[in-house]
Amino acid sequence: MDDHPCKHGDGCTCHSGVSRRGFLGSITTAAAGIAASGTLTAAPAPPPEKAQPDEPVKLQLSVNGRTHKVLVEPRWTLLYVLRDQLGLTGTKPGCERGECGACTVLIDGVARYSCLTLALEAKGKEVTTIEGLMKGEELGATQRAFVEEDGYQCGYCTPGQVMAAEGLLRVNPRPSMEEIRHGMSGNLCRCGAYVHIFKSVEKAAVLSASEKR
Amino acid sequence: MIGAPITRREGRAKLLGQPLYTDDKILPGEIRGVTVRTHIPRGILKGISFGEGIPWEEFTVVTAADIPGKNLVASIVHDQPFLVEIGGTISHPEQPVVLLAHPDRSLLEKARRAIRLDVEELPPVLDIESAIEKAQVIHGSNNILKEILIDKGDPGPVFCSAVKVVEGEYRTGAQEHAYIEPNGMLAEVGREGERLTVTVYGSLQCPYYVHEAVKQLFGLPGDQVRVVAMEMGGAFGGKEDYPSVNAGHAALLAWKSGKPVKLIYDREEDMAATTKRHPSRTRIKSAFDRDGLLLALDIDFVLDGGAFVTLSPVVLSRGALHAASVYKCPNVRIHARAVATNVPPHGAFRGFGAPQSLFAIERHMDVCARELGLTPLELRRRNFLAIGDRMSTGQVVKETVDLEAIVSRALSEIGYEEKRRSFDAHNSSQSPIKRGVGFSVFLHGCGFTGGGETYLASVAGVKGLPDGRVSVLAANTEMGQGKTTVFAQIVASALKLPVDMVDVWSADTAEVPNSGPTVASRSTMIVGKLIEDAAYGLKQSLIQQGLLEMTYTPEEFREAVKTAVARHGSLKCYSQYHKPPHIVWDDTTYKGDAYPTFSWACYAAGVSVDMVTYEVKVDDFVAVQEVGRVVNPMLATGQIEGGVAQGIGWGLWEEVQWKDGRMVNNQMTNYIIPTSVDLPRIRVAFLENPHPAGPGGAKGIGELPMDGPAPAVLNALAHALGPIRLDEIPMTPERILARLEEADRG
Ligand code: FES
Ligand code: FES
Repeated sequence: MDDHPCKHGDGCTCHSGVSRRGFLGSITTAAAGIAASGTLTAAPAPPPEKAQPDEPVKLQLSVNGRTHKVLVEPRWTLLYVLRDQLGLTGTKPGCERGECGACTVLIDGVARYSCLTLALEAKGKEVTTIEGLMKGEELGATQRAFVEEDGYQCGYCTPGQVMAAEGLLRVNPRPSMEEIRHGMSGNLCRCGAYVHIFKSVEKAAVLSASEKR
Repeated sequence: MIGAPITRREGRAKLLGQPLYTDDKILPGEIRGVTVRTHIPRGILKGISFGEGIPWEEFTVVTAADIPGKNLVASIVHDQPFLVEIGGTISHPEQPVVLLAHPDRSLLEKARRAIRLDVEELPPVLDIESAIEKAQVIHGSNNILKEILIDKGDPGPVFCSAVKVVEGEYRTGAQEHAYIEPNGMLAEVGREGERLTVTVYGSLQCPYYVHEAVKQLFGLPGDQVRVVAMEMGGAFGGKEDYPSVNAGHAALLAWKSGKPVKLIYDREEDMAATTKRHPSRTRIKSAFDRDGLLLALDIDFVLDGGAFVTLSPVVLSRGALHAASVYKCPNVRIHARAVATNVPPHGAFRGFGAPQSLFAIERHMDVCARELGLTPLELRRRNFLAIGDRMSTGQVVKETVDLEAIVSRALSEIGYEEKRRSFDAHNSSQSPIKRGVGFSVFLHGCGFTGGGETYLASVAGVKGLPDGRVSVLAANTEMGQGKTTVFAQIVASALKLPVDMVDVWSADTAEVPNSGPTVASRSTMIVGKLIEDAAYGLKQSLIQQGLLEMTYTPEEFREAVKTAVARHGSLKCYSQYHKPPHIVWDDTTYKGDAYPTFSWACYAAGVSVDMVTYEVKVDDFVAVQEVGRVVNPMLATGQIEGGVAQGIGWGLWEEVQWKDGRMVNNQMTNYIIPTSVDLPRIRVAFLENPHPAGPGGAKGIGELPMDGPAPAVLNALAHALGPIRLDEIPMTPERILARLEEADRG
């Protein structure tokens, strides 16, 4: 997969704007590999071999502006640590293998799948989750935009969508509709709220611009 | 209040990540559960062996032998075991056999792999054809789970004398719900002396279905079982009947371990083992006169039901009742069968059988138009149902239906005539892109099929709160469709209160009455009407007690409720469904009023096909519908857009690949649901026509948008590609290529 469409590496949510089918086309070999292993073993694909309980390691994790001291096993994902160790359940698991985007968080301002990021990789970085976007008692601009434009239905993909939108707007504060569609393409919404999600991102851009002024 | 585009009540909380979905809720001391499944489609379970290297004594292990009550999942027919027992039949490759619980998730996974099942394999039945041909008999004497016959007039002789007879066969594939939140349950069992109480929290659409299932599993009376619907991350029918199974499993583990047990499926397990949309095969024979008037329809509709009966009879029923769609026809025969196969049972999925039969008839009408030398529009409009006409069950259309208006609006919105012409010109050039425009016209019955609502006799209510506000009491669940907001709007509107004075109680069987399942586009119309009536009752009782005048301000209402609650301790008013006297239905002959009313629609699509890769792009989409009065236009629009997305996915990309009865592409990377870049702009319009049966005139809306997209898109493809066999969905690039090659060969 040396033609990975972006340079952000594993865990990046950016599919660089190819459609899912196109995206899959570009990684057919990898996908075929996964499918084959799924059919050969009786149960779903096994976790990586080193899933032995590793020696716990001390980690200082900065989340939403607060520093947490946690003992983590090196194999633990950031998603697991956020939810199960820190109780921040706003970040959602949907597949735990980088397919859906429900677990998207910001790491140093860049949108990442927390299920594909090891907790240890977040060392020395600032992690932002849906719980960290408030401005005091007020909803942040992106959150407000999603409420006002009805950018969700069941709300399960929503924390991930909001974090992806935040990530997008931090790089590109005034995205075009095309850029929004592409920028959000790593986050699935089965309720199909896409049209409203796009409107929410557009509005978020306007709201945050006026907030900055 | 009705008609206002207000934002969802749960908005702020959802945008803060606060609502608790099942996996977010933690009970002290909870441990995790997993399910060990069969991996062969058919056979006999001979034994279970527990491999070495696992500290089994640390595990809670549940097998069929442990079950305290009945080892059968409560459903229409009780034929599905919770766990296969030793010596028992294996009916599909994902059947649960052993349940395990342990605090350590990775150890649990190892243990699951260490269990070996000793099985004797039997030859399976894996598709509709082998089921019908009785290659093996796996259910009853003929593999038929349910059979329905709808008869009107006498089609037989007409086929001999008609000017034109057109026949066709159409197929639709399984569809995976792919809600982003996988199925999950959290169970706890309390013991006070001899008295057992089982509580289940979960992602589920129908709390009282689960309540019934757990009661029967443990042999407990209803008041010792409590089911709480947690926040739900999408369902679409996928959490209608399956939750009875996994709730039972979680409860068994909690009961045996003495600890709360959380059972959350991972994505692969959820996709492979839980229900999907029924695959279908529809054969249509139609007869027309010289003017293109439909004289006879003979429809053979078959669904693949999977290994157990589950909901197949009702899915089949809805499919059969929609098979003749919006067309007037004097002679109709609809023969519908759900057949048994050795795959996991197929279940409810938005639309519930109707999308399957509507796909067939709407594709068929385009084929017929071509054969008759008429345009798709002209053929349809010559045969549209209108007020006073009789449908296939003899149901008389009693309200004004203006299909002409709905269709004209959709076609002018998409620029149909213009596109037809310009695409024809374009397609005759050498361009590697072919373009097409097409549409579908359809209806969707609101509420339960036939006598379903009468049988359910749902109850819903409204209760006064100590602070003077009121709360809705109903077991209907919120899955993103906006029920919480819509119920509040209905009650606020009935009582002339601001909407924030109305609360909506969560669906907890300990608190709310059985208002029936959250399915069948019934919540707004049927349950909404019940709570509207209950709200009027509550007001009436305040007036009778002398606490309220006929006209009042919200403040006066608040004071009246406060006083009543303080005086009597509680203030509740319930309303129960009673069949309106003019609705007559006979379930044995399938004659009468199949549904209290229908929603009507026309969807139109513009597509382009890349003739090098055969990829199809939907460039434009218009959805026009008449759903009575729209309670909340913002939420209703979202419902339509979401259904359209799922419908387009089903028509073009979403292919479940099977091997020996198992779904093998059970990941989101190879089961393709639409992303943000795959969908066109979806333009939604409502034509309002208030209906007396619904609250404030509202009808059902949730399932309708699943019906129209696939046939509209395939009809557009037919325009782009000419007369090739576009008779199966998903119409993937591979299938298009095969059909084009077939046409080349002649
Ligand atoms: S849970 Fe991380 S991408 Fe799905
Ligand atoms: S809002 Fe339900 S999955 Fe996006």
